[in-house]
Parts: sequence; C-alpha cells; structure tokens
Amino acid sequence: MNASLAAVLPFRETTVELRDLQFAWRGAAPLLDIENLSIARGERVFLQGASGSGKSTLLGLLAGVLLPQRGAVRVLGNRINDLRGAQRDRFRADHIGFVFQMFNLLPFLSVRENILLACRFSALRSQQVSERGTLAAEADRLLAALDLDPALIGAKAVGELSIGQQQRVAVARALIGAPELVIADEPTSALDADARAAFLGLLFAECQRAGTTLVFVSHDDSLAPRFDRRVALAEINRAALPVRSARAAGR
Amino acid sequence: MRLLPLALKSLRNRRFTVALTVFTLALSVCLLLGVERVRTQTRESFASTVSGTDLIVGARSGPVNLLLYAIFHIGDATNNVSWQSYKEIAALPDVAWSVPISLGDSHRGYRVVGTSADFFTHYRYGAKHTLSFAQGDAFSDLYDAVLGAEAARKLGYRLGDGIVVAHGTGRATIAEHKDKPFRVAGILQATGTPVDASVFVSLAAIEAIHADWQYGTRLPGAGVSADAARKLDLTPKTITAFLLGLKSRVATFGVQRAINEYEAEPLLAILPGVTLQQLWGLVGIAENALRLISALVVLVVLAGMLTALVTTLTERRREMAILRALGATPLTIFGLLLLEALLLAACGALAGIALLYLALAFTQRALLDGYGIAIALTPPTATELILIGGVLLAGLVAGLVPAALAYRNALADGLTIRT
Ligand SMILES: Nc1ncnc2c1ncn2[C@@H]1O[C@H](COP(=O)(O)OP(=O)(O)OP(=O)(O)O)[C@@H](O)[C@H]1O
Ligand SMILES: [Mg+2]
Repeated sequence: MNASLAAVLPFRETTVELRDLQFAWRGAAPLLDIENLSIARGERVFLQGASGSGKSTLLGLLAGVLLPQRGAVRVLGNRINDLRGAQRDRFRADHIGFVFQMFNLLPFLSVRENILLACRFSALRSQQVSERGTLAAEADRLLAALDLDPALIGAKAVGELSIGQQQRVAVARALIGAPELVIADEPTSALDADARAAFLGLLFAECQRAGTTLVFVSHDDSLAPRFDRRVALAEINRAALPVRSARAAGR
Repeated sequence: MRLLPLALKSLRNRRFTVALTVFTLALSVCLLLGVERVRTQTRESFASTVSGTDLIVGARSGPVNLLLYAIFHIGDATNNVSWQSYKEIAALPDVAWSVPISLGDSHRGYRVVGTSADFFTHYRYGAKHTLSFAQGDAFSDLYDAVLGAEAARKLGYRLGDGIVVAHGTGRATIAEHKDKPFRVAGILQATGTPVDASVFVSLAAIEAIHADWQYGTRLPGAGVSADAARKLDLTPKTITAFLLGLKSRVATFGVQRAINEYEAEPLLAILPGVTLQQLWGLVGIAENALRLISALVVLVVLAGMLTALVTTLTERRREMAILRALGATPLTIFGLLLLEALLLAACGALAGIALLYLALAFTQRALLDGYGIAIALTPPTATELILIGGVLLAGLVAGLVPAALAYRNALADGLTIRT
C-alpha cells in the first residue's frame, strides 16, 4: 500500500498486535495478561495507566527488549518474540523509535551526533535518509521541524539544552530514517502545560508527515483527547489488581 | 555500528578519572619496563665487566672466588702466585699479552691495584671498549697513581694531588705508608666496572712501599726512605693474579689446561665470561623478585582500573538503556566496555613507555656515574614488547568484569532503569 492510499484508508494495516500475552518479572506475580490489543498503521494511541501498572514493561515487550512468557507480540507482521536476540535488536533499530521520560541523550555526544546515533545502529534507516540527502541535513530538517534552530544547537553539548529541548531532540532521533513505529514513554511528564501542548503538536505533525504509528504512554489523562484512541491498561490487563481497576473505572 | 568513536567520546567525557587511571597505569608500566631495562642492562654490563681477557689466573680456589677477588675486588686471595710461575706462563707461545695484578692495599676505602702500565692498554670491558684517560696519563714515575673515575670523583682528587696508601683493605687497615706518598698522574674515564673504584699503581711501587715490611708489619728501625727505595730491586716475589690474552681463541682450552695442571704450584685459570654467568646466576634470584614485584604493581593498578570502570557502571546504566533502545545488542554493550578497558590499558602502556624514555633520558647520566649502569635509549626489545602485550592482555581480562556486568544489566533492565 502506498502512502496516499494509507492516508485515505487509515488503520487498515495493523502495526502492533498483541495476542494472549502474559508477562511476569522474574520472581514476581504476573504483571501483564492481555488478551488482545491491535494498533493500526498510522494510529496515534494514548496508553494510560497508574504508576507501577506495567506501562513501561508493556513498551519493553513491544520493543522486543523483553520477552513474554506466553502469547505473541506482532510488530509489522513479524512475531518478534520468535526472533533471536540479536535479530530483535536489529528489528528495533530498523523499525522502532523510542523516547524516554527524560535523559534520552548521551551526554558525551553533541545534539546532532545524538540524532544520528539512530542511523548508526540501523543501516536501513541510514539508507532511507541517504536516498533523499545527507544524514546531517535530515537531522537539521527534523530539528527545524521540531522548532529547534539547527545552526544554534546542532553542535551544542546535550547538557546545555533545557529539558523541553532535549525531549524534542529525542523525538528527532526517534523519527530519523522514518521508522514505522514510535514509542514514547511519558515524554512530557517533565514539561509544563504549554511546553507539553507544543511538544505534542510538533510530534503529531512529524508522525503524520511520515505516516508513523505512535504509542504514547502517560498517566496524565488530560492529553488523551488529542489522540486517535485512548487505551487504559487497567481495562485490557486481566492481571491488574482489582484495586487498580476499580480506581481506573471510577475515574 | 562502529564502537570506537563512541568509546573514545565516552572516555573523553570522563577525562578527569580517565586521566588518573591512565596516569597510574603509566607509572606502573614505566616501573615494569624500567625494572626490565635496568635488569638487562645491568646483566649485560656485568657480563662484560671483563671482555677482552681470555683467561684469569690465580692461586687454586673456586672460579667464582677468583673472579670476585681479582676483578671485583671482593674478598681476599687465600694464596698468591709466584713471580716465577707468572713469568713462565706469560712466556708460553700462545700467550699474546699478560697483565699482573697485586692486591692488598687500599686508599680511603678504594682498593689499590698494583699492575703494569699494560693494564691500561689490554683491559677491555663492554663491547671491547678500552680504558681511556679523562686526564693525565699512565704511570711514568715510581710513585705515580692512576685513579678510577668514581674514586677520583668521590674523593675529589685532581691531577698532581698527593695520596697516601694504607696497608690492608676495608676497615682493617693497620697502618699507612705515610713515608711514601703517591702523586695522581692520571684519572680514567667512567666504565661502569670495578675499575672505576680502583686506585692503580705500578707493581714496583707496591714493592717499594713494602720494602721495610715483612709478614704484614713494619720492621722496627729498618726505615727505607722513598728515595732509597728507588735504588732497590723492585721485582715482586709474588702477585695476586694475572690476566692473559691469547694469540688465538682456539688455544684457550689448551692454555687453561696447561695452567690448571701446572706442576710448580697449584693454579686456577678461568674463562671470565663463563664465570661471570655463574656469578650472575647467584644474583638472579633478587632479579626475579624485582620482576615479580613490578608485575604485581601492574596487576594492582589494573585492579584499580577495573574498580573505576565498575563504579561508573551504575551511573552509566541510563546510557546503556539508551543504547539498547536504539538497537544495541547486549553484546554491543559488552564490546563497548571491553573496548574502553582496552583503550585505557593501551593509553596507559603508551604513556608508560613515553614516561620510561623521559625518565631514562633524564637519569642516564646519573645512573652511569652513580651506579655504573650504562643505559642506552634503544627502542623496546622483544621482551619489553612481550611485557607490553602482557599488560594489554591483562587489561582486556580486567575489562571482562565490567563488560560482563554491563551485559547482565542490559539483559535484566530492559528499557526501565532501576537503581
Ligand atoms: N527491570 C525490572 N525488573 C524487575 N521488576 C521490574 C523491572 N521494571 C519494572 N519492574 C516492576 O514491574 C512493575 C511495573 O513497572 P513499570 O515500570 O512497567 O510501571 P509503569 O506503569 O511504567 O510505572 P510508571 O508510571 O511509574 O513509570 C513494577 O512493580 C516494577 O517494580
Ligand atoms: Mg514507566
């Protein structure tokens, strides 16, 4: 399916599909038990859940860093939990962009080097960028699109940036080379309300442009209305404690 | 993914602790190589204390003993060699030259060596170096003395100074030959051999100062003045030992056998090189202890590096999670840490080598003058390269620990950082 068709017929293809997934940390009680969760291509999903409910753990499963004890994790049609370790890592490098809550960047690299690091780990993404121009130019384009002046901050050390700026650099890194899926784990929790709104706007615009699927985690429900869909972890997770589900239901 | 730039930049980011680690490593590597170098140079200069002499001959005792008293001036001869035997052996057809040595007196802690002026032309040390005069010349007058470099420097003598020889050696000097003072006629260049710590006079002079002595004491009332002694027959009756140079190397064993089977008196002839090796074998234990200690120092420092790397791991867990999220395999993380350890070890080794040459360049003179150890600024030897390789290997092994820990963390943490 080409890009224009995807715009007309959104959500036809599934990017993420979880089936009968069970996960427990070593020596702990089952944390996740999800019967089914699909996320369509280009969809922007807001994953909500209380602190400690297992949101980050779920993202680790999606990214292929963690393996479920049972069930299947399909990303872009691949059962990634059946891949071997190095293959999963390779798959993640090629197809998934990741944004953490904070401290996303390596302190010993410049802003531009941090962004290009994603391409260093993935020949595929590097190649995708090279088809249209140089790596540095694409990094600068993304910075500009995320409202950062490349000439001003491109060569700067990461430590000289504000938290909000750092988070946008992290988004640029997650998006470079157009991976199909971007996973963001509470990327706005360290930002104030204005910065948060602006951040979301820029993130959405860039995801839209590349047709990227976005899984966005937060426990702050006020952001939910801006997404295509809101998923409450407590509602799909059969392993959730009754107290938690009750509280989630009560909201 | 090429890890080298990443590892380099990460190290540069922690440059202060990295510099400290590299510096201590450099010191230890410098120590290791320094010990090795001093050791081999000492051994070499030791093994070539006497290099142009084919045989050393003395009264029959042990070879090491003979070498010790005749060349190193350590201990005393149990017996002397008669002048008669010396003359006969020196006249053997295979003998090219001979130099007699007569010991027993001293000057302020330095041995007095009675010999002939031939000593200065025939004695060889190191790579067949001849003795050369820093000032003055060999004996021309009966009461002329030639000083070794160290004796002259430590005692502060110049040409023309008068010196008085004492009877006996070391602290056991009984009396001084005050009535027959010597004049410093020459001062030798430093050699790094026992020659430096010797005072040379002619054999005749040894006879002259003992003219009124018998059986180790001065004959009462029989004073022979310095000038009167000049008129006596100063041919010695005995000497302590002598050096022989042969016309051809091939004759060495034949002459040695002839001397060892000499009928008139029991004599011993030794090959200096062989006996020097035997003697070194005795010193070798201390030498190995030194090597062991310096190797241990390197290991201790590497353990320090290991600790430094492991302590950074906690604060770098975030860094590892970021790399994992970008697609780094746990093996990549492992490799990154191993590479860092190897880089540290390599920098330490290189800096250590640089430090060694710097230290050698600055202490070369002092080592030669003070200890007679001649150290050349030659490129690293094969043994030194093996040692450096050993340091790198040990660094790599030490790096396995933080690398394995980081590998385990990378697998256990996932993308959530738990501290
Ligand atoms: N690496 C780990 N090893 C073992 N247990 C873990 C690990 N990471 C998380 N857990 C446990 O799993 C549970 C869920 O943690 P998780 O981080 O997924 O929650 P979360 O929903 O992301 O919370 P928050 O909103 O605070 O980020 C917690 O009980 C936590 O203790
Ligand atoms: Mg979390």
